[in-house]
Amino acid sequence: MARLLGILVAAIAVTFGANWLLDSFVDEYVVRIINLCGISIILAVSLNVINGLCGQFSLGHAGFMAIGAYVSAYFTTTLRYFDEAATKYVAIEPMFASEWGFVPALLAGGLVAAAAGAVVGIPTLRLKGDYLAIATLGFGEIVTIMITNFEKVGGANGLPGLPPYSNTFWIFSFVVLVIMLSWTLQRSTFGRALIAIRENELAAEVMGIPASRLKVMAFIYGAFFAGVAGGLLGHLLQTISPATFNFMKSIEVVVMLVLGGLGSMTGAVVGAIVLTALPEALRDVESGLGLPGIRMVVYSLVLILLMIFRPQGIFGQKELSLKLLARLLPGKKGDK
Amino acid sequence: MTALLETSDLTIRFGGLTAVDTFNLSIQEGELFGLIGPNGAGKTTVFNMLTGVYLPSEGTVHFREKLINGRNPVQVARMGISRTFQNIRLFDELSVLENAMTGAHQHSKLTIFDSLFRTPRHFREEQRQRDRAYELLEFMGLEDRAGLPAKQLPYGHRRKLEIARALATEPKLICLDEPAAGMNTGEKAELSALIRKIRDELNVTVLVIEHDMKLVMGICEKIQVLDYGKTIALGTPGEIQNDPKVIEAYLGGD
Ligand SMILES: Nc1ncnc2c1ncn2[C@@H]1O[C@H](COP(=O)(O)OP(=O)(O)OP(=O)(O)O)[C@@H](O)[C@H]1O
Ligand SMILES: [Mg+2]
Repeated sequence: MARLLGILVAAIAVTFGANWLLDSFVDEYVVRIINLCGISIILAVSLNVINGLCGQFSLGHAGFMAIGAYVSAYFTTTLRYFDEAATKYVAIEPMFASEWGFVPALLAGGLVAAAAGAVVGIPTLRLKGDYLAIATLGFGEIVTIMITNFEKVGGANGLPGLPPYSNTFWIFSFVVLVIMLSWTLQRSTFGRALIAIRENELAAEVMGIPASRLKVMAFIYGAFFAGVAGGLLGHLLQTISPATFNFMKSIEVVVMLVLGGLGSMTGAVVGAIVLTALPEALRDVESGLGLPGIRMVVYSLVLILLMIFRPQGIFGQKELSLKLLARLLPGKKGDK
Repeated sequence: MTALLETSDLTIRFGGLTAVDTFNLSIQEGELFGLIGPNGAGKTTVFNMLTGVYLPSEGTVHFREKLINGRNPVQVARMGISRTFQNIRLFDELSVLENAMTGAHQHSKLTIFDSLFRTPRHFREEQRQRDRAYELLEFMGLEDRAGLPAKQLPYGHRRKLEIARALATEPKLICLDEPAAGMNTGEKAELSALIRKIRDELNVTVLVIEHDMKLVMGICEKIQVLDYGKTIALGTPGEIQNDPKVIEAYLGGD
């Protein structure tokens, strides 16, 4: 516990320092890509708990993101006006008008998304494989359609005017948090139970592992961080619309997992970075070659080749660890 | 004395097929009980009804005087019945030790927050599960393979690991579905000794399905014979061996 807290504090300090360095010395475009990578990491690592560890094929991540984005936007826009109005009469600082109001706004978005995760998780528990994928996909579509038809939040045109609270510091604070918590989850009796459910659900139940309850838990956990990521993305883009969270977004996150190696958290991180940064990096190639559009061709080609030559993903189900690194070093195979 | 496990007119139908027909079974605490019969007789189906995997069409199962039918596998496991599977069902991606630890999961009183935030309770629980799992691996003679991924375990060891995992749930009754299948003579002899030790040293009642007659006759005190879903004989190994109906069932082809 104390060690965990130590790591957390150290990580946040580093994040803070990195944020300052990036803001001062690196150009805005690169910072933006780094931030988008961070958001992708949160999405991929949290979805890995549902799809990778627990083996439940969910395509609903964009739906949870949308909920988190709109709820947190409600806090930082609508509630902010109330807040500011109230502070005219009471001598306190307006909470949601400052960056410090961002955390409760994000957490609220995460919590509402988590509640939605429970609502989706419980009835769809009995579905397996493709059926679960379709049901969760349907959930995501329902969310975006509801937002599209809800004029108060801008409908299909989207909701503009979100304050630019997202920055490298906040994004990577949550990156650190989701990685640490997913790691502690994975390496615990609950993590083993989730993997047991993935490997053989009947055997897990016969061993007394409450598969249904743990599956809902995985959904709630994943949905919470998807909601937070949605809030972070919203306050980075500053305008959100249902199109931002359509099913392509869910599929993108699944592709990150498959690319990195389903079930590996390290793989999820690498997959998220590659799939977010690669299209941007290829922009230079595109302008260099003078062939507009070649970017997406190369991008798709990379994915296809990877799946042909390494179908288990970059990391398989392994995690990056000192042991693995030691084994990869030449000449040290197997000796003690 | 009331029985540890008692079924009364247990019946299950799959469409037109009555796989198990008015099956009565009574096992006393501490017994080493054999369930035998030709292929397709309904033995595994009985196990599935005892462990909450199948819901019987008719009849009842009582375990320690509590009704079992209608309960799901998780609830049944927590009441104290554990089992192995005829077609081995290990958690292939987990290590041998971790497989055994999953059996101990049901006794953990941790909340998810204990593990997420690494409270002292979390570490105590990990230690408890690790120690217990390791003890049972030693018991089954698998301790030097503890770190190996389960999928790399040779066949005979896989069956033993399933038994270790089932024992980690601290059952009152363990149901073994063809534990010796695929083992050679030496391994079978070793397994016989282990099954006896499970009953004698761990005080777990054993119900075993097995096709190897030498093994069943050697270790079981009581044997019940099933054919086409019906009980055709019940008695000591000596009685069963000489029962004309049993001989007929086994020789008369399936
Ligand atoms: N889920 C099911 N649906 C339909 N039929 C089933 C089902 N489960 C078992 N059966 C049938 O019930 C009968 C008994 O099967 P069971 O597996 O219990 O036999 P067994 O005695 O274990 O045989 P073996 O020695 O080959 O393992 C078989 O005819 C089988 O086809
Ligand atoms: Mg069978």
